[in-house]
Amino acid sequence: MFDALSEKLDLVFKKLRGQGTLTEENIKEALREVRLALLEADVNFKVVKDFVERVRERAVGTQVLQSLTPGQQVVKIVHDELVALMGGGEDNSLDLAAKPPVSILMVGLQGAGKTTTCGKLASWLKGQRRNPLLVPADVYRPAAIEQLKTLGRQLSLPVYESRADQDPVDICREALRHADLNGYDTVIFDTAGRHQIDDFLMEELARIKAAVEPREILFVADAMTGQEAVNVASGFNDRLDISGVVLTKLDGDAKGGAALSIRAVTGKLVKFVGLGEKLDALQVFHPDRLVSRILGMGDVLTLVEKAQATFDVKEAERLQQKLKKSQFDLEDFRSQLQQFKKLGSIESIMGMIPGMGKAMKQLQGAQPSEKELKRVEAIIDSMTPSERADHAVINGSRRLRIAKGSGTTVQEVNMLLKRFTEAQKMMKQLQKLGPKGLMRGMGGLGKGMLPF
Amino acid sequence: MIEEKKGFFRGLMDKLTGTEDISVTQEKPVEVEEPGPGLFERLKRGLSKTHDSLVGRIDTLLLGKKEIDADTLEELEEILITADLGVSTTVDLIKTLEQKLKRNELQDGEALRAALKGEILSRISRSAAPLDTGSAKPFVIMVIGVNGVGKTTTIGKLAARYTAEGKKVLLAAGDTFRAAAAEQLQIWGERAGVEVVRHQEGADPSAVVFDGCKAAVARDADILIIDTAGRLHTKVNLMEELKKVRRVMGREIPGAPHETLLVLDAATGQNAISQAKIFKETADVTGIALTKLDGTAKGGIVVAVSNEFGLPVRFIGVGEGVDDLRDFDPAEFVEALF
Ligand SMILES: Nc1nc2c(ncn2[C@@H]2O[C@H](COP(=O)(O)OP(=O)(O)O)[C@@H](O)[C@H]2O)c(=O)[nH]1
Ligand SMILES: [Mg+2]
Repeated sequence: MFDALSEKLDLVFKKLRGQGTLTEENIKEALREVRLALLEADVNFKVVKDFVERVRERAVGTQVLQSLTPGQQVVKIVHDELVALMGGGEDNSLDLAAKPPVSILMVGLQGAGKTTTCGKLASWLKGQRRNPLLVPADVYRPAAIEQLKTLGRQLSLPVYESRADQDPVDICREALRHADLNGYDTVIFDTAGRHQIDDFLMEELARIKAAVEPREILFVADAMTGQEAVNVASGFNDRLDISGVVLTKLDGDAKGGAALSIRAVTGKLVKFVGLGEKLDALQVFHPDRLVSRILGMGDVLTLVEKAQATFDVKEAERLQQKLKKSQFDLEDFRSQLQQFKKLGSIESIMGMIPGMGKAMKQLQGAQPSEKELKRVEAIIDSMTPSERADHAVINGSRRLRIAKGSGTTVQEVNMLLKRFTEAQKMMKQLQKLGPKGLMRGMGGLGKGMLPF
Repeated sequence: MIEEKKGFFRGLMDKLTGTEDISVTQEKPVEVEEPGPGLFERLKRGLSKTHDSLVGRIDTLLLGKKEIDADTLEELEEILITADLGVSTTVDLIKTLEQKLKRNELQDGEALRAALKGEILSRISRSAAPLDTGSAKPFVIMVIGVNGVGKTTTIGKLAARYTAEGKKVLLAAGDTFRAAAAEQLQIWGERAGVEVVRHQEGADPSAVVFDGCKAAVARDADILIIDTAGRLHTKVNLMEELKKVRRVMGREIPGAPHETLLVLDAATGQNAISQAKIFKETADVTGIALTKLDGTAKGGIVVAVSNEFGLPVRFIGVGEGVDDLRDFDPAEFVEALF
């Protein structure tokens, strides 16, 4: 439904080719697109307004680097500013540094996903070698206690025995004592969903907070939330001074701009995201991923991780050695192609890759396909081992032979060799990065590998 | 950071394929200065006023203005977006107002406000219609939506309401996935004094629906309401499951489901459009229930949803109690928006 922002900006800047500097005038339209993209992503209006102003300040006067289009330059600025706003680089880990049992209080609107998140969090904590106790304190919603008990059974994790006829504050206080006596080091309190304007229920939360002195108060928010996110979040934060945010239901197609609004009004960091109904579908939050999602840049990093998981470590080490000696050759390149294939079909990866929409349009229906990769592979396959090891020996007659053997044309062979030569130069840069850089390079493979 | 992500294969393939400018990533780092510390403070201050009612803000906006200029319209645009009307509906509304303005039909703030209300009202009431459950027996209502929007609660309220009207109601606990979902519906059934057909957790929802249909016919029920598991509309397999459940219903009771009610949460933003679109495509939605209007969210997105997909809003949820369900009243809704 929404085109990626980067694509729109490229259109905006089409007319501006050749302009070396971003000016108030020439970025006006671009900033309008930025604004719309953020509003369409449910970022609160006022947050957007301030944000766009900030981007304007940053952008005006910026030299467009030679390697960039003005559109890319603006997206870059927007991206960096958004990552900074979302707390990129700041420590968003769960803080459990207190004398056990450490309390974690989960709060939020009705239906945000608190109970499920409690289960997921307990399971995650167990993975961190903690010994969590789940405490159902939602006595209002029918079967809410039973829901958490069922989750506990599914996870083989203990759930405190509360009943719907008890007072939530009493439940929490007693559960904490129970945890202390029985050696649980972390206690997760599931509370009833409530509106931030419900004084009675907000007061109840304040009393629970006083009773269990939580180290973390996590505000659970639905990724689909609209403009109201600012009022809800500030309502909870003003009353309880939350310590962090969990953004749920990000496995759908909501952009999740509410997270920006929440961060902007509370100053609190998102700590986790929920990515599914399964009890392991909880992940530590990465600001840049959300930002990419909002900007329509594709879930690049997810792809990177997938690539890294697929890429086998031995192969990476072997390559690292070769790179050190500047020996990366066509043989190695071919094995990269094969690694890439393990990632799954190109089509399935497409959606994760930024700029693909535009690329598709440019190709006007010519399906970017495995076929084209196969041609490159076929060309390399038709070379002799010595040719692969040193492509400099490939003269005119060899090129003809290779073209014939691979069912391609001499022009295609020429093109591949020319570009490979250029690419080899770049590898020298990579050596400086060390093994980590190499792995990152493999990740880059995913989005860069596509010849379209 | 972006420039790091541009790994070597990225660069390699760019070279090999000559597609350097497709992606938004860059080769060289751009100098980035650290963000100033004042941002949060500024945002916070700016946001503290969002509680003001729309009408108050329009009044302020128009205060002292005898004439409406383009700036005013631009500010109006902002106000509408904040009420979650969505970007495209807002742009659409503003365009219409602009035309009226050009034709000199809007002389003052009062006229502007009336025109705006009228425009919104026409969009939301175009397809408005109350739900008539008398057209079939048993009349089957299937309730669907994403997770946590209020499906089960709405069913509980509907059961109580129809029972109070003297109808015989039966509920089917088609959410066999979420922990304790059937228990939740069971409790609502007890509150409303109606029976609930349920299976074990993890059972096939089609089987529950099958039994529910059989029971509804056997017990001569007037209305059968079917609960379903919350599902994100993007999950293809779960959406297919909905189709299957519908087929089962249709086989057992001709014409069923007679109403497919999509439940939307008033706090939802633009994603509601995507929800409505995909649920309508796969499950032929015929009406909407808008829940949680007792909070501060206005549910403005429902204007776009109703207008774009021709879906009537049947009910609104205004609380967690059994009586907190109302018929949707377009005029009242528009008033509440402002
Ligand atoms: N305040 C308020 N809460 C509601 C309303 N409708 C549902 N809820 C609450 O939203 C939460 C999720 O509701 P539930 O019916 O379980 O959602 P489902 O997952 O769609 O079946 C529960 O805590 C309900 O009490 C409403 O109209 N107002
Ligand atoms: Mg339910």
